[in-house]
Amino acid sequence: MTDNKTILINPVTRIEGHAKISIHLDDAGEVRDAQFHVVEFRGFEKFCEGRYFAEMCQITPRTCGICPVSHLLASAKACDAILGVPIPKAAKLLRELMHMGQVSQSHALSFFHLSAPDMLLGFDSDPLQRNVMGLIAQQPAIAVKGIRLRKFGQEIIKATGGRKIHADFPVPGGVNKALTVAERDTLLQGLPEAIEYAQFALKLLKDYHAQHREEVESFANFESMYLGLVQPDGALELYDGALRLCDKAGNIVEDQMAGAKYLDYVAECSEDFSYMKFPYYKKMGYPGGMYRVGPLARLNVCSHIATPLANAELQVWRAHGRVQSSTFYYHWARLIETLYALERAGQLLNDPDITSTDIMVNAAPKNREGVGVIEAPRGVLIHHYWVDAGGRIEKVNLIVATGHNNLAMNQAVTSVAKKYVKANRLQEGMLNRVEAAIRCYDPCLSCATHAVGKMPMVIELKNVAGEVVDRVSRSPA
Amino acid sequence: MSAKRKVTIGTIWLSGCSGCHMSFLDLDERLVELAQHADILFSPIMDIKFADMPEVDVGIVEGCVNNEDQEHELKKLRSKCKILIALGDCAVMGNVPAMRNQFKLEDCLQRAYVETEGTVIGEVPEHPVVPKLLPKARPLQEVVKVDVSVPGCPPDADTIWYALTELLAGRTPKWDERNFKYD
Repeated sequence: MTDNKTILINPVTRIEGHAKISIHLDDAGEVRDAQFHVVEFRGFEKFCEGRYFAEMCQITPRTCGICPVSHLLASAKACDAILGVPIPKAAKLLRELMHMGQVSQSHALSFFHLSAPDMLLGFDSDPLQRNVMGLIAQQPAIAVKGIRLRKFGQEIIKATGGRKIHADFPVPGGVNKALTVAERDTLLQGLPEAIEYAQFALKLLKDYHAQHREEVESFANFESMYLGLVQPDGALELYDGALRLCDKAGNIVEDQMAGAKYLDYVAECSEDFSYMKFPYYKKMGYPGGMYRVGPLARLNVCSHIATPLANAELQVWRAHGRVQSSTFYYHWARLIETLYALERAGQLLNDPDITSTDIMVNAAPKNREGVGVIEAPRGVLIHHYWVDAGGRIEKVNLIVATGHNNLAMNQAVTSVAKKYVKANRLQEGMLNRVEAAIRCYDPCLSCATHAVGKMPMVIELKNVAGEVVDRVSRSPA
Repeated sequence: MSAKRKVTIGTIWLSGCSGCHMSFLDLDERLVELAQHADILFSPIMDIKFADMPEVDVGIVEGCVNNEDQEHELKKLRSKCKILIALGDCAVMGNVPAMRNQFKLEDCLQRAYVETEGTVIGEVPEHPVVPKLLPKARPLQEVVKVDVSVPGCPPDADTIWYALTELLAGRTPKWDERNFKYD
């Protein structure tokens, strides 16, 4: 691995076997760098070859069960581009509505089910209880709010697409099911409670920030560029729009980049130590062209948010600085976006065209390639297909949200490791902190493949001869 | 469900999309009820709490067997649990991850890490830390004995609830047209 010393954290995630971390020391015992290894590979970019393009809307969402709707919509948009026809207004409204359900359920999961146990029960609380089931046992009122918020997002997906996970609703040219008035009204009735719970979560998080200011501000804090979709006027956008890239201070580097032109801006590197590739900003090279995507990046790049409650929260968030670079701010950004997604769902549901039955255009494939870009909960998601004249897939390229953050996650782990490894010794608290740094990115390694976050049990520090020179463990073993 | 000793459950995630675990979370408020009857000792949605995998009454597996680590983990779970459930189509029959079986593994890796259009600096990952992929992705039953298969991509929460409550009641889940359908 290296000619110096290596610390291997295995397994790194709650999902055993899908990610590992190793930390490399120099001869002086100081941290040189850290590597975040994704250890699963499935091969979508090969095995989709030969399929009829319309099947991609069914196959590619199986990349990820947490954000299947984002893959489904990116796929449908790529297929629309192959058809080369605009889709009806109602179809666009319904697709965006479905995506607001996706964003709110995924963000609720990230906050309540995965991260809140650390914050509400304490990073150093009993690991046996520090999880969603422990939260149910100890703080049932809070846990049920989280469960119900996620459930509402899932109910939006079910109302539009017919089932909660792997719905088959968006199709090339539109959607295959209209929303009934009764379904719309049921969702509208549930909306106020969901908004209340999103605001409740925001208050919990803001209280946590106020009480842990120093830790929050310094936590895996490093400079990077930020990439995200925005509307034509620069407002936050999660379904459509064009890409904006900002520098570390929030200055716009590239703006209104068409998603279809992504190859002009984004290049990828693969490394021998991970099954997840490393995208970077092409003009700045590798690895200097590191950028971040996802909730933190989106709030850093957008000019404002087009819904009132979320925009007011954005101003509170920005009172701490126009650009937030501390990794911990991902959580806060995620909750502001949840509020936006719910408000936006309300706008869409109140559009008279949402129950229109003009939902699909029939067309044959016209173009030989198509690109679909969307903001998945974890960031920019790109599907790119090439087809033959009959619409059979010839080539596929996917760049997933967590992939964009790959360089940043390696940086975050390195940053934390530098703080907690000193002179050949592993400092107390390292396990939880490394774990927490990764969890902020809510890495969807299902997408790349997936790791939702719970990590190391044992870290061993070995010298070149393979002898253990230090070891920490948080299990009683 | 009986009031005796709580049933212990462990769940693992092999090669799949995590959608089956998400469907498990779609039990929503029924999670609170489940917590009264069962302890989940390890799971992707929980913490890993033990240095070695503890024994459990019920082992639940999402995903198929795609690499050497996963094969090892599955065999370990089989040795630690009384009842092993294959949850979802990937575990039951390979499903989408097994689509790669029609291609040579080297071609899949070459496409993903070297040939993709955006890739400027490309090499196929090969590293002591990164597990070796098996020549073919395989469903669980080709590797270990499976006691209960719960099909679906994913099985919806009602189906998962039915399977769990039947097992908690000491019965084997039976699939018929009421609970085994394409929704």
